[in-house]
Amino acid sequence: MNVPIGLYLHIPFCRSKCPYCDFYSMRGNAAQTDAYVAALCRKISESAEALQCKANTLYIGGGTPSALGAKRLKTLVDQAKADFLTDGAEITVECNPYGLSPDFFAVLAEAGVNRVSIGLQSAVDSERRALGRLSDADGVRAAVLSAQRAGIANISLDVMLGIPRQTAQTLAETLDFCLSLGVPHVSAYILKIEAGTPFEKRRDTLSIPDDDQTADLYLQLCETLEQNGILQYEISNFARPGYESRHNLKYWHCEEYLGLGPSAHSFLNGRRFYYPRDLRGFLAGKPPVPDGTGGDFTEYAMLALRLSEGLSEKNVQTRFGHGIPQAMRSRAAPLAAHGLLVSDESGIRLTRTGFLVSNAVLAELLDF
Amino acid sequence: MQKKEYIRNFSIVAHIDHGKSTLADRLLELTDSVQKRDMEEQLLDNMDLERERGITIKAHAVRLDYKAKDGATYALNLIDTPGHVDFNYEVSRSLAACEGAVLIVDASQGIEAQTLANTYLALDHDLEIVPVINKIDLPAADPERVAKEVEDVIGIPCMDAPRVSAKTGENVEQVLEEIVKLVPAPENHDDAPLRALIFDSVYDSYRGVIVYVRVMDGAIHPGDTMRMMATGAEFTVVETGYMRATRMEPTEGLSSGEVGYITASIKTVSDARVGDTVTLASAPAAEPLPGYRKVNPMVFCGVYPADGADYENLREALEKLRLNDAALSFEPETSGALGFGFRCGFLGLLHLEIIQERLEREYDLDLVTTIPSVVYKIHLTDKSVVEIDNPCNYPDPATIDYAEEPIVEAHIFSPPEYVGQIMDLCQDRRGTYKEMTYLAEDRVDIKYLLPLNEIIYDFFDALKSRTRGYASFDYEIQGYARSQLVKLDVLLNGDAVDALSFIIHADKAYARARKIAEKLKEHIPRQMFEIPIQIAIGGKVIARETVKAMRKDVLAKCYGGDITRKKKLLEKQKEGKKRMRRFGTVEVPQEAFMAVLKLDE
Repeated sequence: MNVPIGLYLHIPFCRSKCPYCDFYSMRGNAAQTDAYVAALCRKISESAEALQCKANTLYIGGGTPSALGAKRLKTLVDQAKADFLTDGAEITVECNPYGLSPDFFAVLAEAGVNRVSIGLQSAVDSERRALGRLSDADGVRAAVLSAQRAGIANISLDVMLGIPRQTAQTLAETLDFCLSLGVPHVSAYILKIEAGTPFEKRRDTLSIPDDDQTADLYLQLCETLEQNGILQYEISNFARPGYESRHNLKYWHCEEYLGLGPSAHSFLNGRRFYYPRDLRGFLAGKPPVPDGTGGDFTEYAMLALRLSEGLSEKNVQTRFGHGIPQAMRSRAAPLAAHGLLVSDESGIRLTRTGFLVSNAVLAELLDF
Repeated sequence: MQKKEYIRNFSIVAHIDHGKSTLADRLLELTDSVQKRDMEEQLLDNMDLERERGITIKAHAVRLDYKAKDGATYALNLIDTPGHVDFNYEVSRSLAACEGAVLIVDASQGIEAQTLANTYLALDHDLEIVPVINKIDLPAADPERVAKEVEDVIGIPCMDAPRVSAKTGENVEQVLEEIVKLVPAPENHDDAPLRALIFDSVYDSYRGVIVYVRVMDGAIHPGDTMRMMATGAEFTVVETGYMRATRMEPTEGLSSGEVGYITASIKTVSDARVGDTVTLASAPAAEPLPGYRKVNPMVFCGVYPADGADYENLREALEKLRLNDAALSFEPETSGALGFGFRCGFLGLLHLEIIQERLEREYDLDLVTTIPSVVYKIHLTDKSVVEIDNPCNYPDPATIDYAEEPIVEAHIFSPPEYVGQIMDLCQDRRGTYKEMTYLAEDRVDIKYLLPLNEIIYDFFDALKSRTRGYASFDYEIQGYARSQLVKLDVLLNGDAVDALSFIIHADKAYARARKIAEKLKEHIPRQMFEIPIQIAIGGKVIARETVKAMRKDVLAKCYGGDITRKKKLLEKQKEGKKRMRRFGTVEVPQEAFMAVLKLDE
């Protein structure tokens, strides 16, 4: 039996499209979503058959998976459990609190879902509206409490930084909100204005905090969470020890995963491939598109350096049979002198200020 | 052999944009030298750049057969001249090959700086002037006023001058008649030893250099051994002939009074320099024709490939351009900042821009050029003199007794209402006022002495913008004068960037230093750490700015395990870095260099 992989299911449906989002999603009607769930179930079975391996994490992301409703999600989870998942697998579903049925989390918990990731973005309602979120902060609170009552303790909240008009004060409100609910995991992303989104068209009138302000917000978030026992383990992810996302760690540890659904990416047997952003094509059974080989040292380092533990000398040795190359150590030295990373006998890891400019640091450090 | 009495050798002189090339095209059409359907607009300007900029860069020549009203057929040799001050020497050699010059004056604009400069040059060569008033089709045309202006200012009778429109072709035939009537036929000197004036030479990859000559004395034939009197080089003549508009027509030889070409398997144009005299090795002339001088570059700058891997390509491109351009000089140079490149010498800023553009366009090279410099004469305390065209070689100030810089005499022609602004500009450029002459009621000639280094970057643009385009400008090198010079160094993060150093007058150092620091701050993107920008004279910092450290870049959600997207983003970032120049730990984009060059925009 092979090493267990991660399984990702992409749900390309949303009730409404947020103005900053460029992920692949659309509004779907009941017939479409049923057809899609059926197609995914078929794919799950086929893939399990073809791959002859198990998955020990399942992540249902989107889009808005909760928009499928509890029943369809249960169908997917049941199928995955039957064909693919190991016992004790981490099963995560991304949720938006808007329009959930009262028994939503109970059904999920019953099906075996043991982790939910809820899109909070901000606990300040004026900021939520600017982001086009359909519910208010109370709705999020109700959803979290409902999940907790259903027995799902492993809850992650998504927080966004660099929202129009966000200040240290409003971010503090959002963080207080997370802490008061006692969730063990927070993901924090900086708003990026993507090409082709409504936000891009209005970017000049959005009053987005500038780079310096955004950097300060990020540091404020890191420090506040840390003071409350939620520790940074990746550039954008924070958890109480033991609550790190096992599925996402597979990406960053450069381990294998299968992604099903339009725009879902996979890394199996050293090869990367993905399904195009094309729902109809996926339903029609169009095969995934090859995306080259993966898992070389550069890629491994790029991903590992997102983690607080960084690129470990020992892990590199184990995986590649050699240590961190001297050339990379030499490139790291001036960056270390500027406090952007630490380079010592245990490995290379970025500092918080280094995380903030990780693209520049990685472009400098890695050899493409 | 062509009878001398039916030969007319002439040039066309005009201010830029007064319609020289268009008139030349009409003359070609009228003499059936080209079929109308083969007619490309402005045929004589056959370099792309010339056509785009509407200027003639190199001289060209063409022989036209014209059946005049007197019934005889004349051989009209039209020798085109470059229309820019950078190429004054080439103009003078072209004029020396002629007996007459057609002077074109725009019927709405009247006399401009180059009209006068070129007319005086033509008169210096004893040429018969054939005035022509062009652009009579324009609504603002006032041919009678302009005719009077020409009579008053230049003293040439203009009563019967053809009033033409080269654009529509109106009255253009009159120009040909006037040429036949007014321009004297060349004298017959067939019996004297050969002396032929080289007024242009062009490299052709099949024939070698094609030498354009005007035979003054004697005759030359294929098989003769010819000798260049200035360089002493000898070649066997392969072919002689006439230049037609679209082809070359071989002849049995060329004799006195004729204009034509010679090929002799010459490998580079520096063996057939403009202004040199061709004679026969077997029966050499005692004296060369007067007026030859080796043209010296006046403006220098470093030219570097943006991508170091293109160094050899740049060398090849420069070598190819030099085959055709004896005025271009270059030698290898190494810069700590820019790597391997070449120190290039040019006649002037236009020449520099043309070469740079041709390198980029015709040879597809991405270039970084350093700030242009003139040649300074530095007198050292040990009484020796060094000539410096590269700030990197500027001697230790402690060893300098005094410095000299080149000065030009500039003529600026303008309507009187702009005199104030022009004087402000010249004053600002350290000019010394000489005199002002009213050429006509609405036109003055302002004479200034100006340091060459004040006009090589952008003087012409500044002049145009202050006078709403009405002023025109011409200059010639006058000599050297003592000056208070300093060398400015630019330090990024404490390291001097040699490619950004330059020499400047002490009075301007502070203002310029502040401006450079600001410009660099504007154009150097924030990087992972803070970058101090300092401008220094010797060890003394006179201006500083700081580029703050970049605080954040993008922390985007890793999209459903799409590692490739992330990788591509980083690869792109890495690509972007390659396009920057790295100084120590600081990366400087090409635009920053350009911005420092074009400080006054």
